[in-house]
Amino acid sequence: MEDERSFSDICGGRLVLQRRYYSPFCWEFCLTCPGLSLCSLTAVTCTVCMILSAAIFITLLGLLGYLHFVKIDQETLLIIDSLGIQMTSSYASGKESTTFIEMGNVKDVVINEAIYILQQKVIYYLCILLKDPVEPHKISQVVPVFQCSGPVLAEEWDSWIKWWFHSKISEESPYCFPETLH
Amino acid sequence: MVLKAFFPTCCASADSGLLVGRWVPEQSSAIVLAVVHFPFIPIQVKELLAQVQQASQVGVAVLGTWCHRQQEPEESLGHFLEGLGTIFSHEPWLQLCRERGSKSWSCKAIRQQVPVAPGVPSEDQVMLIFYDQRKVLLSQLHPPTVLPDHQAGDAVASSGSLAVVFDTVARSELLFHGDQYDEGPVRLSHWQSEGVEASVLGELAKRASGPVCLLLACLLSLVSAVSACWLWKLWPLPFIRSKLSTCEQLRHRLEHLTLVFSTQRAQSPTQLMRKANMLVSVLLDVALGLMLLSWLHSSNRIGQLADALVPVADRVAEELQHLLQWLMGAPAGLKMNRALDQVLGRFFLYHIHLWISYIHLMSPFIERILWHVGLSACLGLTVALSILSDIIALLTFHIYCFYVYGARLYCLKIYGLSSLWRLFRGKKWNVLRQRVDSCSYNLDQLFIGTLLFTILVFLLPTTALYYLVFTLLRLLVVTVQGLIHLLVDLINSLPLYSLGLRLCRPYRLAAGVKFRVLEHEAGRPLRLLMQINPLPYSHVVHTYRLPSCGCHPKHSWGSLCRKLFFGELIYPWRQRGDRQD
Repeated sequence: MEDERSFSDICGGRLVLQRRYYSPFCWEFCLTCPGLSLCSLTAVTCTVCMILSAAIFITLLGLLGYLHFVKIDQETLLIIDSLGIQMTSSYASGKESTTFIEMGNVKDVVINEAIYILQQKVIYYLCILLKDPVEPHKISQVVPVFQCSGPVLAEEWDSWIKWWFHSKISEESPYCFPETLH
Repeated sequence: MVLKAFFPTCCASADSGLLVGRWVPEQSSAIVLAVVHFPFIPIQVKELLAQVQQASQVGVAVLGTWCHRQQEPEESLGHFLEGLGTIFSHEPWLQLCRERGSKSWSCKAIRQQVPVAPGVPSEDQVMLIFYDQRKVLLSQLHPPTVLPDHQAGDAVASSGSLAVVFDTVARSELLFHGDQYDEGPVRLSHWQSEGVEASVLGELAKRASGPVCLLLACLLSLVSAVSACWLWKLWPLPFIRSKLSTCEQLRHRLEHLTLVFSTQRAQSPTQLMRKANMLVSVLLDVALGLMLLSWLHSSNRIGQLADALVPVADRVAEELQHLLQWLMGAPAGLKMNRALDQVLGRFFLYHIHLWISYIHLMSPFIERILWHVGLSACLGLTVALSILSDIIALLTFHIYCFYVYGARLYCLKIYGLSSLWRLFRGKKWNVLRQRVDSCSYNLDQLFIGTLLFTILVFLLPTTALYYLVFTLLRLLVVTVQGLIHLLVDLINSLPLYSLGLRLCRPYRLAAGVKFRVLEHEAGRPLRLLMQINPLPYSHVVHTYRLPSCGCHPKHSWGSLCRKLFFGELIYPWRQRGDRQD
């Protein structure tokens, strides 16, 4: 003999109580829990989906921003005698940013040596010295070149300089040196 | 030095002829401006060049020959061109040559007067730099290099070579008036040969702008005369005017409009840009204001706003009353001095009661007032926002009053406490020396001083709490007003015309130039392409931003905190000509 009644719990969900009578000394009670509400399930799934997609979207935006503003693909230094020096940085997204410095403002291009006292290493970096427009003998600015790849260690510079001077001598147009660094 | 020849890209496909331009000996650069085609009479060419030189103060001369020939070199033409070198003598004499349909160029620069071997003319190395003449003509270098004045003419030793190129092209407008298709004596090829630019609307606008400017300038001067009338100087009108941000904004806009419609022409490109920026800003403002107006007047929004205003003010007053009741009890579990608490609480409650009655008195007129105020939006969105800020200030006037009372009380208490604390320790403030000195007090002075000190110390939490609560409310109102002012400032000072120009015509605002090396063959001269490097957006905003009202917070955070601690009144938005309270 079976009997069924439905109640509601404190949250309003529906409980079903089943009563089975096997014999005077054997009874079985069966309580069915409230089912999973479809609304709450969809709500939770939607929220989680939205949060995840928002996170993905933000990551993509951040990646695009990184590629467009931060990640430098290639830097070029173009030296034209008696005209000026041009530095181009091209970013991973294809953007190119160029700076041109006229020869009248350039005092010289030098290789600076920096000594890390604590880390005990010596690095070299190339930079351009700019003249002060008011006083031509003073240096107003030091512009480092090839900023993305950073400074180069001493052993590398040796081979660099030798290769550069060799190519300068063998080049037919002695007044234009494009110098590309990846 | 290597000789640099600046050659316009538009002349690269022109027929053979003479090269006309400017030679800059200090930088060893030849700036070619146009090509004169055959047939020509040398006298007329020289006359034209003299005319241009006089009008523009630029030393224009014949620089050399240009030869655009077929595959087979024409011998007669070659000899003829060389013969021209004797008629128009120029040192050095350029000979540019291009084979039709191919990319191979050749150039020679011959110097007669610096012989390596006597009798043999020497040749210089030449570098060809192509430039887009129209873009260079229209663009403006930033920062603007001030080249020596027009009377001095050719003194260019100190400035950069590129500024000279830009300046030369910009000043040679007269040379670009005649064209190879014209009927004049001399046929020239330059950037206008690709098609003379003109627009009917542009010409009409130019013709109409004169009388329109005159009319508007008269109207505006009338308005400014009325506003400067002596009636407005009677007290309390100047005081009210200085407190209302609407009047400030209206005055600011009037200044802008007077500048834009003044009948004087702009002296420099910067002034022209400034005028254009102001005009675009005013137009945008008025457009946004009209949109707001149409939105307000549609579907009776004004009526709804007026209906909602009085209940909102009531609600705010009720909340304040609840707050005061809470303060009069045991706020946050703190124990207040009952007597002082009751006095202050009842005092403020009475003020709120007065305020509510005032609002209820005004309620029948609110809709009319709002309707007329809404009309003012057609003067611009900034004016509407300023009016909104003023309305907020007026509606929260009671909060301002409470803040002033609380702050004054607290300030008095703090000063009293500090002075009595000094007495407690046997010291005194020396006004003459502006420092703390020791002082011997009488016994009764010490007794009364200590009593008063104790009283003030025990009353401090109550006063401090009232001060804190009302200061927070006041800061909230000030923040809201501040945000509105920020928006108004943004609309006022953003240089929209310059930004639009940077977006659509980036070559007009140049930060510099950039070079690209074109295909290079062995034995041929080096060819470079010069392009304009546009100014970055941040620099555009920085260079061309319009001056704003000047209503910026004058305090740093540190001084603000200090003022708050000592109970001094804060006025974050000091406007010009304000008096101290």
